[in-house]
Amino acid sequence: MSVIKGDFIDNLPKVYGLYTGGFLIFILLMAILEQAGVGADTIGILFVAFTVVIYAAIGWMSRTMQVDAYYVAGRQVPAVFNGMATGADWMSGASFVALAGGIYFGGHGYMAFIVGWTGGYVLVAALMAPYLRKFGCYTVPDFIGTRYGGNLARFLAVLVLVIASFTYVTAQINATGTIASRALQIPFEVGVWFGLLGILLCSMLGGMRAVTWTQVAQYIVLIIAYVVPVIWMSNKQGFGMIPQLAYGDAIMRIGELESLIGVGTQPTEAFPGLKALTVPYYEAGTDFASKWKFVTLVFCMMAGTASLPHILMRYFTTPSVKAARQSVAWSLFFIFLLYFTAPALATFTKLQLLDPSLATSIIGKSISEVSALDWIQKWSAVKMLAISDANGDGILQITEFFMRGDIVVLATPEIAGLPYVISGLVAAGGMAAAMSTADGLLLAIANALSHDLYYKIIDPKADSKHRLIVARVLLIVIGACAAYVASMKLTSILGAVAWAFDFAMSGLFFPLVLGVWWKRANRQGAIAGMFFGLLAGTAYLYAVRWGGMEPWLYIDHLRFGIIGASVSLVTMIVVSLATAEPDEETQRMVDEVRIPRGESVLDSRH
Amino acid sequence: MTNVDQSTREAHWAKTKGLMITTLIVWFIFSYLVHWFAGGLNSVTFLGFPLGFYMSAQGSLVIFVVLIFWFARRQHSIDKEHGVAEEE
Repeated sequence: MSVIKGDFIDNLPKVYGLYTGGFLIFILLMAILEQAGVGADTIGILFVAFTVVIYAAIGWMSRTMQVDAYYVAGRQVPAVFNGMATGADWMSGASFVALAGGIYFGGHGYMAFIVGWTGGYVLVAALMAPYLRKFGCYTVPDFIGTRYGGNLARFLAVLVLVIASFTYVTAQINATGTIASRALQIPFEVGVWFGLLGILLCSMLGGMRAVTWTQVAQYIVLIIAYVVPVIWMSNKQGFGMIPQLAYGDAIMRIGELESLIGVGTQPTEAFPGLKALTVPYYEAGTDFASKWKFVTLVFCMMAGTASLPHILMRYFTTPSVKAARQSVAWSLFFIFLLYFTAPALATFTKLQLLDPSLATSIIGKSISEVSALDWIQKWSAVKMLAISDANGDGILQITEFFMRGDIVVLATPEIAGLPYVISGLVAAGGMAAAMSTADGLLLAIANALSHDLYYKIIDPKADSKHRLIVARVLLIVIGACAAYVASMKLTSILGAVAWAFDFAMSGLFFPLVLGVWWKRANRQGAIAGMFFGLLAGTAYLYAVRWGGMEPWLYIDHLRFGIIGASVSLVTMIVVSLATAEPDEETQRMVDEVRIPRGESVLDSRH
Repeated sequence: MTNVDQSTREAHWAKTKGLMITTLIVWFIFSYLVHWFAGGLNSVTFLGFPLGFYMSAQGSLVIFVVLIFWFARRQHSIDKEHGVAEEE
C-alpha cells in the first residue's frame, strides 16, 4: 500500500507547507555551515544531493500498480497543485538556466520567447485542456485515436509526440548532466547518467502520480532558487523588495551606457560557444523584418505550447473539467512568477557588469584587474567565459568580453558577491527545473508507446499488470537513449528546445483543435494533416538548416512550425471536405466533449 | 449520452464559441499587435520602463494570467446557465 492516498490529498497545503518550511531551514543550515567554514564545494554537493534524495523519496512513496493512478494520477490533483506541477513540468533547464542569458544577449528580440511561452496557455485554456479532460483520455494520441478512429491516426500522433518530446528531453538530460557535473564535481558524461537515475527514481514506480507530487516539490525549490537571489541583489543595489516592478530605471540607465561603451560594435575575435554583447537592450526594431521575426516566433512558441503532449496530459489529472480550466490559469500564474523575474535578473546582471559607478563593473576596467577576479577565473577555467585584449590597450572593452548566456543565472550570485549558499541554491533550482521537465517528457513518450502503441495497437488483450510493466521498461529504455544522445552533446540547449515546439505544432496543433471545434473533421483529414504537416515542417527544417536554402520571409529554423502547421491545416481541411463526413457516433462523441456534465467519453479504466 | 436536449447543446455551444472568440481577440492584441508597435511604444515611459519593452517583459504576461482566470469563470457561468455544468 502506498502512503499517498485520499487523506494525503486533503492535507496537501499542510504537507507542502511543511516541505517548504523544511527547505528554508535547510538553506539556513547551509548558510550556517558556510559561516562555520565548510567549503563551497561541499555545500553545492549537499544542496543537489539533498533535494534529489527528497524527490526520489516522494517518487517511492507514490508507487502504484493501478492503471489510472499510473497514467493520470487517479484524476484527483486539485487545480492549484496541478498548476504548480505544470509550472515545473513546463519550466525546463533552458528556462531556468538560459532564459535570462538569452535576454541579456538578445534584448527585445529575445523577449518573443517570454511572450510566446506564456501566451500559449491562453490557447491551452480556450481551445484544448477542458475538452481533453472531458474526453477522459490517458494520453494525447489516445484522443486522436478515439476521436478520428483507426490505428493509423493513433500511430501518427504517437510519432509526432515521440519526435517532439525526444528532441526536448535530450536537452533536459543534457542540462541535468551539466548541473550535476558542476555541483558534484564529476565528469559531464557521468553527470548525465546520474541525472537520468534521479529522473527515473521520480517517475518509474508511480508514473503520473509520482511525477505530479515530485513536480510540485520541484516547483517550490526552483521558484525559491530563482527569486531569492534576484531579490537579494535588488536590495543590495537599492531597488527594493519587489525588483520586478522597479527595474525600469536600470533599463534606462543601460540604454544610456550602451552608447557610451559602444554596444553594437562587432568583436574582432570569436570564441566557440561564447558571445560578446552586441545588441542594444530595450530598443525594438521598427523595420518589417524585426517585427515579423518577433511575431512569428511568438506564434510558434504559443502553438507549440498548446500541442506539447507533456503539458496537455497534466490537465488529464484534475478532478473535473472546471478544475482543468482553473488549473491552466494557476499554471500560468506560477510560470509567470519566474518569467517576469527573468528580465529583471538579466537587467541587474547587465547593469552590474556595465555601470562604472558600481563596484562590480568590469567594462572599462584594466584587463589585469578584471582577470584577477575570482568568478572570472573560475568560469574562464571551464571555458564559459573569455577575456581578450584585442586592441592591446590594457582596458576591457565590451567587444573584448565573451561569455555563455548560461552564466547570467549560474554566476550572478558570485558576480554580485552573494554568499556561496546562494550558488548552491541556484544549482539545486536548475536541477529541479531540468529534472521535472525531463520527467514529464519521458513519461509522455513512455505512456504513448505503452498505452497507444503497445496496448491499443499491438496487444489489446494485455492485462493491467503487463501494461504497467511494459510502461516502466519503456521508460528506462527511452531514458537511456536520451541520456546516450545527450552525452554526445549534439546541439546547444536552446536550439533543440525551440524545435520541439515546432515539431509539435506541425503535426498536432490542428488535429487537436479541429477535433473539438470542427465536427466535420474526419479520419482521412487528420491523417493527412499530421502526416503532411510533420513532413513539410521537417523537410523545411532540413532545407534551411542543412540544405543551404534561403529562408522564406525570415522563417528560419526556429520558426519552421509555421510551414508545418500551415500545410497541416490546409491538407486537413481539403482532405476532410473531399471525403465522407464522420459517422453519427463520432459526431455524438464531439457533442459530449463540448459539455462538462456527464461521464467522460472514454471509460475511466480503458 | 448525457441527457441534454439538442437545442440546449446548440445554445451552450454558441455562447462557448463567443467566449472563445472574445478571449482570442484579447490574446491576439497582447500577443502580436502591441509588440508589432514596440518600437513606437518605447518612446512612452510606463512605471519608469520603456513601454514597448515593458509589455513584452510584464504587461502582456499579466494580461494573459488575468485573461485565463476570467475565461475560466465566464465559461463556468455559461455552463451553469445552460444546466450543463458538472455536479459539485
